[in-house]
Order: sequence, then C-alpha cells, then structure tokens
Amino acid sequence: MSEGTLYDKVFDAHVVGGLPTGQLQVFIGLHLIHDVTISPAFGMLREAGMRVAFPERTFATADHMVPTHSLLRPFSDQQAETLVSELERNVRQYGITFFAPGSDRHGIVHIIGPELGLTQPGMTIACGDSHTSTHGAFGAIALGVGTTEIRYLLETQTLPLDRLKVRRINVDGELQRGVYAKDVILEIIRMLGVGGGKGFAYEYGGAVVDRMTMEGRMTLCNMSIEGGALVGYVNPDDTTFAYIKGREYAPKGTAFDRAVAFWRSVASDPKAKYDHTVNLDGGKLEPMVTWGTNPGQAVGVTQRLPRLEDLPESERGTAGQAYEHMRLTPGGYLVGTPVNVAFIGSCTNGRISDLREAASILEGRHVAEGVRALVVPGSQSIKYQAEQEGLDRIFTEAGAEWRNDGCSMCLGMNPDRLIGDELCASSSNRNFVGRQGSPLGRTILMSPAMVAAAAAAGRVVDVREYAR
Amino acid sequence: MPIDDLIIVTISGTAIPLGGDDTDTDTITPADAMKEPTFANSAGYLFRDARKANPRHPLNNHAYDGASILIVGRNFGIGSSRETAPQAIQRYGINALVGESFGPIFAGTCKSLGMPAVTSAHDDVALLMQLTERNPGTIYTLDLTTKTLAYDGGAVPIEIPEPTRVALMTGSWNALAMLKANSGRAREVAAGLPYMRGFAE
Repeated sequence: MSEGTLYDKVFDAHVVGGLPTGQLQVFIGLHLIHDVTISPAFGMLREAGMRVAFPERTFATADHMVPTHSLLRPFSDQQAETLVSELERNVRQYGITFFAPGSDRHGIVHIIGPELGLTQPGMTIACGDSHTSTHGAFGAIALGVGTTEIRYLLETQTLPLDRLKVRRINVDGELQRGVYAKDVILEIIRMLGVGGGKGFAYEYGGAVVDRMTMEGRMTLCNMSIEGGALVGYVNPDDTTFAYIKGREYAPKGTAFDRAVAFWRSVASDPKAKYDHTVNLDGGKLEPMVTWGTNPGQAVGVTQRLPRLEDLPESERGTAGQAYEHMRLTPGGYLVGTPVNVAFIGSCTNGRISDLREAASILEGRHVAEGVRALVVPGSQSIKYQAEQEGLDRIFTEAGAEWRNDGCSMCLGMNPDRLIGDELCASSSNRNFVGRQGSPLGRTILMSPAMVAAAAAAGRVVDVREYAR
Repeated sequence: MPIDDLIIVTISGTAIPLGGDDTDTDTITPADAMKEPTFANSAGYLFRDARKANPRHPLNNHAYDGASILIVGRNFGIGSSRETAPQAIQRYGINALVGESFGPIFAGTCKSLGMPAVTSAHDDVALLMQLTERNPGTIYTLDLTTKTLAYDGGAVPIEIPEPTRVALMTGSWNALAMLKANSGRAREVAAGLPYMRGFAE
C-alpha cells in the first residue's frame, strides 16, 4: 500500500468518514460544471426541494455544445439552446458562478479552471467529465464522475470513494525536438493499455516531467483516464506556483506565501512508497500516432503498424476490427496516409503553447488542397492571447479556420463534426468509432504540431522533418 | 421507495452475449444521447451506430429479447463519464452485467444505479457467451451472497468490489442518504482545509 504520496496526503485530509458500505466519504473542494451530463442532476435536486450545499465552491461553464462559429442566440441547434438555457437558469437559481459563452473568462472547463487559478495543489476536484484528471497537473486529486454522483456533489459536496493504489511513472531523459507531452502520454497508454490504470492513481515524475511546463503537465494528466486511471497527477513545484501566482482566484499577498508552504507540504515525500513503479526513457520517444480506435493503439511515427501476430492474443480481436474501421494495413506505415480534416484544439491540446507550436509549423505554408483545418482555442483568454501574438493570422493565411473557444470537434456534440468516412488528424484525446460525430469517421490522435504538419502536407508526416 | 425494494441479492434471467473488448461509452451511447435533457430516452441510443452498421448485432437479435443480464468482454465502458451509457443499459431492461473488467467511471455509475457490474475470468466469460449463443433461453442466477453466476448444470465464480456488494445487498447503493447524514462532519472537514479559509492566518 502506498505511503507518503501526494495522493495519500490529499485523500486523507479530505476524508469525512467511513460509510456503512466500507467506502469512504470524501469532501470535494472544487466542483466544476459544464453544459451536458448535468441537467438530470439539477432536476432531481429541484424535485427534492434541496439547495446546493457549497455554491461558492461550484463553478460552471458551457463548452461541449456551444458552436464555435457563432454565438448568436438562440443557437441553431435547438437541443443545445435548451440545455444551455437550462444551465443558465440553474446557476441563477442556485447561486453558482457561471462563465458565460462569449464572456472573457469563458472556455473549456479543464482549461479555465487552471487559467482562473481555481485549480490548486492539495485540492480534491470533481466534474461530470472524464478529463477532469487534467487538474491533477497541479497536484490535486481530480476525477470525473457520472450524473448521479454530480447530484451527490450538488447536495453534499462529497463523494463515496474507494482509495486507489498509486503507480509512479518516471519519465527520465530528455525529449527530442518535435516530441511533446502528448507523445509521452500516448506512449504510456500504449505501454500499459487502456485498462492498465484500473484501480490506480498515476503519479507522473522524472526529469522530463520536472522540466515540463504546466501546459505540458495538463496534457499528460488529461489523458490519464484514457489509460484507465481515474486520477493522474504531478507533484507541485516552483513551476506550478509560478503558474498560479497572480491569477484571479489565486491567494494574494502573504496568503500566497502561506499557500505555497502548504502546497509544498502535500507533494510526495522523497521516501514515499508506491504500489507500483514504471520507468520510461523519454529520450527514446518519437512523435506518436494512433492507428486504431482506442488511444492505446498507437505507434511511433516511423514505426511499422503492428501485425496482428505481433500483438498479444487478447488484443488481436479489437486490433483487427480497428484496422478494418480505419482502413489501414497491419505491418504498413501511417506516414503518407492522406487526411481530410485537421483539428487543433480540445482540453488536451487547445492551450496557447499548443497553438504556438502549430503556428510555427504553418507559418509560410498552406493547408493542402482539399483539407479542412480547424483551429479552436480552449478559452477566450487563449483566443485573445493568440490574436495578440498574431497566431490567428498565421492560421487564416495558411487557409485554416480560426474559431471561437469550445470543445468543438473533439466529441461531435456541436456543429463541428466529421462527415462520412473523413479521416481526421486530431490533437484531441479519443479515436473511438464515431467520436468526432460521424459513425464512419476516422481519427488519428497526435500532437498539435503533428496535426499542423499533416494539414500542410495533406497526409500524415513526421513533424521533425517540418520543424524549422 | 421502501428499503426492501432497493435490496439486491439475486438477479435471474436470460442474457445477451454481447462480448467484445475495449467497448467505450461513446459506442454504448453516442454523444447525441447526451443532448437529451433527461435519461428518459437513453435506451433508444443503446449501441445505436453499431446496431445500424451490423444487422447481426446481438441487440438486433430477437432471440435475446427480454434478457436481464449483459455479457461483455474486457474493459467494457472505458472513456467518457457519460451516465447515458449505464442508464441506457438499465432502461433497456438489463439488471446486471458480467464481464472481464470495466472502465472505472462506468463501474462507479453502475453501482450508483443499483446495477451490479461483476467480473469473471476470461474463460468463464467465454463459457457464458457460448452457453447463451447456443441456447438464448439459458437462464442465469447471479447471487451476490455466494458470489456466483449459476446456470442449469453449473456455475462460475464472480468478483465484485466488497463495498459495492455490501451497498447492493443492504439497499444503500444510492449513497445520497448516507452522505447527507454526515453533512455536519463534512462541514468540519471543509473548515479545516487551508484553501477553504483562503489561507488566512
């Protein structure tokens, strides 16, 4: 059993008590809300005549369904209009702070939490969205929950939880140029499997993670759930504190100094005990691409796609189906595969550094003929920053569309969708069948720089040959 | 609801041999299901795209109509936290799932809905699949007391996290009442957290 890890310290500090079932009741310091998965929870709350227990610790945005091409109300999608209106009514009635679409603090829930300084080390954070693990980048225990659990949160600000085991994942060495946090997490999921994290919290560390920016750490933690780990985190350090300092909801003045002392104290002890440790040489990584229909079906861009007989017997069935859906050949290469759509954005890779990397590839180049390229900033603040830096002009001059912030083409809940069997080079997190809004659509996950290079080439390429 | 109606000890009925590994919740219910304001219509989205694409999908086979147990493979319910997935399965008429393993958020939500998602060894799951494929009328009884799934002529052992088993057998799988009972203590714990006090001295 783990001892002295951040997970142990933060979890223990939030335990309210044992439940008769043997589970633990845990206080959740920050509850984040978005426009889907929430309506039935508020419905039940209203029916029961109850109030929100901690409205001051509950914050809402609308990101999944909002269109990125126009914010005119009512939205052209009647269902989106209904759900967003309902959310607006609920936040008003229950006194919850709402970052409205179009306002300068609006954005994807997992992007604005950190951006506003709401996300802090040592917290427990929950949201009705699996990518809540993103917030673990700050040294918080952050997890996604279903709608019934959202109801628990609204009414009690607590959850019934089982204690997880802790797996330390060391990424040592130094990443090559053109290799990013996205590639690190895709390799971890490939190595450990989409179910490999079952029952574990992942603690990421090692030289590569120590040197990583907060944005990189967020990408890393974001996809923990794709590896089956409900929770993923990085121990807070000076990089973390520097990121938080001065943000709207961050402690100010001497309170900030006291906060830093507390935040340092929740980091895993040097002698912490882990349930399991995995080591990875970051220097050996190359840009990763997925070839299948789950994020674990990935390979280095110069590598041959696995032949079915190279895979463990238990994985051949899904691999065969994945190849059939993707219309790719086992044993072949992904490089050269023509792409129809390029998507840069999402809670995984819609941050300013992602846009900068993509812009550095697209500057002076043009999106290949016949390719639809979409660049969607993760928040209004990122959109503003990118426009200050002139990144929007680089994208539009290259022939890409520069959109408003939102979840966009990550998940097919708004007008940004694949059509038919289009193949999309995507900086998002899931390549599941139908994920991007078309049942026949095909997704190849990769870093934003790789997506930009694919957009320019019109086919999958190795970004290292495109970097300047 | 009276507590007796919430207690889940045994579940009996026929099964659907769904099988398959790494089934994500996008596949179980596509995003369109989440655009509905309630779960009332969730069942209509259950494996919508897969059923359309494949006329031989087990859910299109009337031989399995009326089943109350869903037999699945490894890593069932991975990915998105969408509750439409377990809601759709439950509203379709399924009362329990048996498979090799489940996605973590999906498993938690199944528990909160009072729908056991139990695991069994690879070979045992394969055996159950075969039994039902050969005879769709095969009746199973899941017994949480003995941790077995029995059929005429045999039984396989099943696993379920102990707190989930206790919650189902005591009718306390909807945790709200238990959580609310400790609301005073929850406020005390909250008050002791430095960030809840704005890191005041």
